[in-house]
Amino acid sequence: MSVRHSLLALLSGGAMHGYGLKTEFEAATADVWPLNVGQVYTTLGRLERDGLVTAEADAEGQKVYEITGSGRDELRHWFETPVPREVVPRQELAIKLVFAMRSGTADVAAVLQRQRVATVRALQDVTRLKAAAESSGDLAWLLMLDGLAFQGEAEVRWLDLCQARLAQAQRPAGQAPQRAEPAERAAERSGL
Amino acid sequence: MTVLEIDRAARVYGSGRLRVTALDGVSLRVGAGEFVALMGPSGSGKSTLLRLAGGLDRPTSGQVRLAGRDLASLDEAGLAAVLRRQIGFVFQEANLLAGLTAAENVALALELDGVKPKAAHAGAHGLLDSLGLGAVRGRFPAQLSGGEQQRVAIARAVAGGRTLLLADEPTGALDALTGESVMSLLHQRAAAGCAIVLATHNVRHAAWADRVVFLDDGRLAGETGPQAGPECLLGTVR
Repeated sequence: MSVRHSLLALLSGGAMHGYGLKTEFEAATADVWPLNVGQVYTTLGRLERDGLVTAEADAEGQKVYEITGSGRDELRHWFETPVPREVVPRQELAIKLVFAMRSGTADVAAVLQRQRVATVRALQDVTRLKAAAESSGDLAWLLMLDGLAFQGEAEVRWLDLCQARLAQAQRPAGQAPQRAEPAERAAERSGL
Repeated sequence: MTVLEIDRAARVYGSGRLRVTALDGVSLRVGAGEFVALMGPSGSGKSTLLRLAGGLDRPTSGQVRLAGRDLASLDEAGLAAVLRRQIGFVFQEANLLAGLTAAENVALALELDGVKPKAAHAGAHGLLDSLGLGAVRGRFPAQLSGGEQQRVAIARAVAGGRTLLLADEPTGALDALTGESVMSLLHQRAAAGCAIVLATHNVRHAAWADRVVFLDDGRLAGETGPQAGPECLLGTVR
């Protein structure tokens, strides 16, 4: 998460105090990523050092921050540049599966199923927040929740494939899967 | 109030070497206003379970009760009457009648229930308005988008106060945004008291349900339990 660019984005709408930036940031992300006020001031100090913002004291002696032309260029560049994807993210779940497979003692299918239930439960929570965001018309928050929902979906689909591959690997060679295909096909024919 | 109760239902097709157990002792209870999603790989028994729930097939053993009544105790005419008045079906295709407008499609379902034509049309208009479909009620299916057709099909399926809605991949043919609008509508119907059972491969859509039940090889493989609420998620993200 780029606090630096998020602060520049908030300042592009007008000058603000450090504390106001913290509150606005948290409101925009519905408190999912709380910001430490120290982190805000450290980042503002660096932005000022790099000439991306200026700071002036108001009548009460508090610093008001304003974005500069270079700051706007930096922000535009951020919007124009795709976020780099880690090719192999260090993901705890993937690591757990690798070692569950290697251990020879873990019930890998049970590991997969427990994770699937947990991930779908988290996805249900995201969906409830989405329904609320839709009613309140909070589009930016809704887009973020959609992102979380798609990440959850990707994980569940991956778990499904892991389970199918595991079942395939455990079947004796040449044995067809024990699936109830006739019922499913009959159901499709009847339209259900 | 329990609307649908499936008690240790099994469904076996064929015999001898061709014997296939599509469903193996599955129990499921769905209350009024409860939205349950069934998930599982192809052949896991989702469609078989929906067919049993909808009275379109009978279990080899076990019971299916609708509002407390065992469907096996009904004769063909009695079963048809119960199914028509209490259960609505939605499929991947909307299957609206092409020669009728959206409102007429919904009104027809009410007329089949014995509602007089004038009252059926008024009821259809009211229902479509309440579902945000008032603007399209005079249009024919060919004049509706895929999402609008599916939402009209849902209106038709719940018309007349049907207490149970069975939906099999209703969003399968829709884009992401339209799929969301269909799920949002199902969610609203559940909030209005309708019991809903949805079979889907799409986990984002299943997540609209109060409870997600996983099937594998005809057996229950797990389910999401009572919800802790969104705070739980925010805690995880933090």
